[in-house]
Amino acid sequence: MTTLLDTEKDGRPSARPTAERTRTPLQRALRTEHRPVWEEEPTKAGLAFKGVGLFAICAVILVPIWVVVVTSLSDTKAINEAGGLVVWPKTVTFVAYTELLSGGAVTRAALVSIGLTVVGTVFSMVISVLCAYGLSRKDSFAHRPLLMTMMATMFFGAGLIPTYLLVTGIGLSDSYWSMILPSAISVFNILVLRGFFMDTAPELIDAARIDGAGEWRILLQIIMPLSRAVIAVISLFYAVGYWSQWFNAMLYIQDSDKYPLQMILRQLVLQHQVPPGAMGAAVSSGQINSLSVQMAVMVLALIPVAVLSPFVQKHFQKGMLTGAVKG
Amino acid sequence: MKPRATVATDAERTEGRTAVPSGEDNSDEDGARARSRASGPPARPSKRRGKKTKAPFEPGGITRRLRFRRDRTLILMTVPAMVLLLVFNYIPLLGNVVAFQDYDVYDLGITGSPFVGFDNFTRIFEDHRFWEVLLNTLVIFLTQLILFFPIPIAIALLLNTIMSARVRAWVQAIVYLPHFFSWVLVVTVFQQMFGGAGLVAQWLREHGHEGFDLMTNPGFFKFLVTSQAIWKDAGWGVIVFLAALAAVNTDLYEAAAVDGAGRWRRMWHVTLPALRPVIALLLVLRVGSALNLDFEQILLQRDQVGAGASEILDTYIWWTGIKTGDFGYAAAAGIFKGLFSVAMVLGANKVAHMMGEQGVYSKK
Repeated sequence: MTTLLDTEKDGRPSARPTAERTRTPLQRALRTEHRPVWEEEPTKAGLAFKGVGLFAICAVILVPIWVVVVTSLSDTKAINEAGGLVVWPKTVTFVAYTELLSGGAVTRAALVSIGLTVVGTVFSMVISVLCAYGLSRKDSFAHRPLLMTMMATMFFGAGLIPTYLLVTGIGLSDSYWSMILPSAISVFNILVLRGFFMDTAPELIDAARIDGAGEWRILLQIIMPLSRAVIAVISLFYAVGYWSQWFNAMLYIQDSDKYPLQMILRQLVLQHQVPPGAMGAAVSSGQINSLSVQMAVMVLALIPVAVLSPFVQKHFQKGMLTGAVKG
Repeated sequence: MKPRATVATDAERTEGRTAVPSGEDNSDEDGARARSRASGPPARPSKRRGKKTKAPFEPGGITRRLRFRRDRTLILMTVPAMVLLLVFNYIPLLGNVVAFQDYDVYDLGITGSPFVGFDNFTRIFEDHRFWEVLLNTLVIFLTQLILFFPIPIAIALLLNTIMSARVRAWVQAIVYLPHFFSWVLVVTVFQQMFGGAGLVAQWLREHGHEGFDLMTNPGFFKFLVTSQAIWKDAGWGVIVFLAALAAVNTDLYEAAAVDGAGRWRRMWHVTLPALRPVIALLLVLRVGSALNLDFEQILLQRDQVGAGASEILDTYIWWTGIKTGDFGYAAAAGIFKGLFSVAMVLGANKVAHMMGEQGVYSKK
């Protein structure tokens, strides 16, 4: 493809012969097959500007994360030498992590968060997929009123106070369910799923129906396998929501044994309180720096999302836009 | 559908798949011909399972009862979601009656508390603290709108000029990442960077300057929350604009280039007009949710900065209601907030219509 374009270009009297001759290797490398022939080649200043811009954007996001990770892996000596946060790693030690994960409040909170995320995501996904499929036929019974009932909740919320009174009123306070049920489904996510299900080729569904498949079998064996990408994206959205949960926990959970990780993180870093049992003897005796312990909790909170989200990244754009616009 | 005319219509009808609207969309003569050719009973209701019926037809060609029987599995599937919505969205809506009560959590409850009419609302409107909080909310919102909004557009335009798919994918992976961090994490990261013991203060002290603490500075608070919001979500906002840019017809660029437009003129006259509807839509949505700032983000920092600079409507409702127990007052403030938000959406949409954009819903 490249060669074809080049010969075409060379065969024709070129509009900018001097530019052709004075191309730097960099510019030659940039003449990719993606660039249409009518488009100018990038100028050096433009390229430099773009490079600096992209680098700056990435640095703004990555540097803080880098500092947090490096400090969590540093020992007391390195932290004292640096006078606080460590930018360049000197030694790598995992004591902060072994200390945190060897029992105590942080281990407990991490387990609570993992449990909430797994149970909550499965719960939310089952309900959302069923609802999305149930509403995926425009001519089905009561389709429109049901859809309107759902979408109306996107435009008004009941408000904090009545919701709080309800959740505590039905006896959910201090229950793990208070962190799952009130925000279990997102209407937006259901609409995205529904949009995808509606796009499934009707011929497939007809064929399955002729072969005697009922709605459940069609959903499980035709629709779900075809919608793997969007199901992955929506699952990630729900999982991130549960993992990041802080507000519901703060409102409804008084028993510190049921605190999720975000509550502990806030106590440690923002309120400078040490939850009982969060840091063992090693910290108080100065073997491990409390700063690196704080950082280790932060890393624990960010690892799952940092690891998972790039895997589904390529589906984001499709997932965000395709489904949401269908009435 | 239309160009395929009678044959297609006929075939689809016998297949029994035609959805109600599309079936009726066909012009009458098509339908008539199809019907007359098919020698079955007139207007066969050949729906999914081809159930026969002699009952009078609805527009869909099938009775309600049969449609219900046919679709009962589908309806059953929506029940769990509907129950959740009913319990956690619709029933609390009724709970807003406490705004009209002298609500007593402990002894009387919702059913027993005496009604006091609009007393709670008069209390709100006479309370100057409430108006301060409302003003503060709007100031923070405006700061965010002005500083945040252009950034995703700029990043999208920059990314769109990058030819290498690999570089783009990497940059996208990085800028999307903070969107998935919890607010607790974002605030703690900022604390470690800009707090009193943070990286910047540490660096300044090493070089003989005064250290500083941006995290507890009330005057700086609105810029602090804005920069946190930018760090977290500006990258995520790029997605919408990238999609809009990908949808621009490249012929337009070629034509513009042939007419002698350079890259800046192409951006001004082709790219930006293509983004206009998206920008208008997002602006309307954003203005409509003016009072819905990120509650968690601000509540997390309320203690450090102090309620003076950081109180927004949501945290005020939380504080007066749940913390100090004045539920009636807080619920009334919540109702005010809800009505105000609806008015903002409608107003913003009206402005968008006047400027010739479509807005959230179309003008019909």
